[in-house]
Amino acid sequence: MIGPQPVLPPLPGHGGTEDPVLQVRDLVKHFPVMSRGVVRRRVGDVHAVCGVSFDLYANETLGLVGESGSGKTTVSRTLLNLETATSGSVHYRGRPLTDLSRRQMRPLRRELQIVFQDPYASLDPRISVHEIVAEPLRIHGRYGPGAPDEVRELLRLVGLNPEHGNRFAHEFSGGQRQRIGIARALALRPRVVVLDEPVSALDVSIQAGVLNLLMDLQSELGLSFLFVAHDLSVMRHVAHRVAVMYLGRLVEIAPARRLFARPAHPYTQALVSAIPLPDPRKERARKRITVQGDVPSPVRPPSGCRFRTRCPTFAGRLTDSERTACVEQVPDLVDRGGGHPVACHYAENVQLL
Amino acid sequence: MTDTGNRKGIDRVVGKGEESGAVLEVDDLSVEFPTEDGTVRAVRGVGYRLERGEALGIVGESGSGKSVTALAVMGLLPGSARVRGSVRFEGTELLGMSDARLSDIRGSGIAMVFQDPMTSLNPVYTVGYQIAETLLRHKPGLGRRPARARAVDLLGTVGIPSPERRVDSYPHELSGGMRQRVVIAIAIANDPDVIIADEPTTALDVTVQAQILQALEAARAETGAALVLITHDLGVVAGHTDRVAVMYAGRIVETGSVEDIFYTPRMPYTLGLLGSLPRLDREEERLTPITGSPPSLLNLPPGCPFAPRCPMRREPCDSTEPALRAAGSAAHRSACHFADELVGTAAGEVFGTVGADTEALARFADLEDDAR
Repeated sequence: MIGPQPVLPPLPGHGGTEDPVLQVRDLVKHFPVMSRGVVRRRVGDVHAVCGVSFDLYANETLGLVGESGSGKTTVSRTLLNLETATSGSVHYRGRPLTDLSRRQMRPLRRELQIVFQDPYASLDPRISVHEIVAEPLRIHGRYGPGAPDEVRELLRLVGLNPEHGNRFAHEFSGGQRQRIGIARALALRPRVVVLDEPVSALDVSIQAGVLNLLMDLQSELGLSFLFVAHDLSVMRHVAHRVAVMYLGRLVEIAPARRLFARPAHPYTQALVSAIPLPDPRKERARKRITVQGDVPSPVRPPSGCRFRTRCPTFAGRLTDSERTACVEQVPDLVDRGGGHPVACHYAENVQLL
Repeated sequence: MTDTGNRKGIDRVVGKGEESGAVLEVDDLSVEFPTEDGTVRAVRGVGYRLERGEALGIVGESGSGKSVTALAVMGLLPGSARVRGSVRFEGTELLGMSDARLSDIRGSGIAMVFQDPMTSLNPVYTVGYQIAETLLRHKPGLGRRPARARAVDLLGTVGIPSPERRVDSYPHELSGGMRQRVVIAIAIANDPDVIIADEPTTALDVTVQAQILQALEAARAETGAALVLITHDLGVVAGHTDRVAVMYAGRIVETGSVEDIFYTPRMPYTLGLLGSLPRLDREEERLTPITGSPPSLLNLPPGCPFAPRCPMRREPCDSTEPALRAAGSAAHRSACHFADELVGTAAGEVFGTVGADTEALARFADLEDDAR
């Protein structure tokens, strides 16, 4: 365990309580693009994450939402040091993580765990479920005489039959496998758990059970969850605060209720209005904000605001002189009078639901 | 363009039967796959009627048989599959028809949009060539140049920007959303009467999904085609269909108007599905998951296939599989012995809200406190 350390000042306006556990500042991650041929030279960079800052507080679920290619998974992997950050910093309870070696990182891994998206690929098919859940205990030298009971208790905790510990992962359904992954992540009693699309591979009726489980664990154990997902309905259900990513940048962050009631960034608005509601009358009566085209390449992202190439406000409502700001200046993530930080020069809260 | 006014100029291979009003009728369709472990009964007695211009949603989770049903209708199942029942397109029986005759109906009568646009397009031909190929298959006299012009038109209809340039692109040069639009353009190229779309937006991001659904609506507006929309996403069904059929374990377990299904479900499975859905549009209490998992279609026990997961399960459920019967109105039918008990019932009254094991959680939390 590490002792208390001085923490960075929290980011203004981001909401949240008083005790930041994980602090991410100006995180940047670029992946090199290599040329083809015998001599492979670096010809460019994939700008996966560009200057992302947020705080994760004790006992909260922070949702990180975005479409494919938005960089949300890279953020989650970089902040656990599974990828080396290009620049920027991550502090866990005041202690910088970004410069730590693998060896220095290892004791901290007890407190920072991850649950992966694909429950079919993230569990070793050759060892029993008992061994899968016990593995973190062994690695950290905590597999004592009481460990078999501890593993059984973990399986019971996540809603699995503890007598099934000698079975193998392939004998379980997708939902049960994801529960095994959660039991493994909890084995070392972490404080922070990164959940990378934990339910997106599951059918809805199964997904609901896993979501209920995660919400119980978070609230009863006082865990901090970074919940990465593309599904806004799931996000609204589980997250206390939500951060929206687009092409490597955070575009809006707010308490969940507020974000969905009055989104201010045109991208968030487009996302909210693109989600089909399972209610035929409401769905037919809805006003839609649609965006054009697809996400641009992160190798050559647009200058200024990265969303401008698809932005309905940029295309429809702005004059040419107003547009220069979008083209030339990267909008900062600050409160623009709407009550929460938003990275848009012309942000305006809109009620969509 | 030469003959847009007469795009149906080809001779219909199929008979009349249009007086019935239904463009597609499926009756008692069953599909079995023999495997080494036994026979998988993937579809068990599915029937539906699709009126001209109507949109029918088929929802169900993975393995419910919704895609296999569609493939059986199109005659695209592998030779090993045993298909029984009846599929009539404008009164003509399709099951047992030769592949050559079926090919005349595929595309011009019934067209299909598959889930994965990368595998349904040929990577070595331009998209324009592939659309023209479809056009020329059903209208050999059209000629290359008009076919190409029509391809550009079609790409425009489905919302591809600068279609005259994109017509010469190869599939890998297009994004997933663009490719799916091309697939839709191919589907409507010969002005079909029915479009079967099998999870058309599942692989796509939400903002692109919204665009594709718009393209599909535009395509239907242009051709007046009826739509069978197969999806696991209840939200997509709510906004784009008139009627809904819910499938479970190879059967339709509830069918009715979209309002019937969403506001007054009469089958516990449908109720459970709606209760497990997190909602963007309201503050909800806890979700009500359906415990357990769907049965194996290999050795299906007698009785209602949903019974092992159903909180309302009683004695008859284990012995007799309920038939699809009228519940509420004639058009609203449900396969549940106790459908009447579901009148005015919320998901939370039937299903539990299980999450973590409370006792284990309390013990775990205590240990947690000791450790700190």
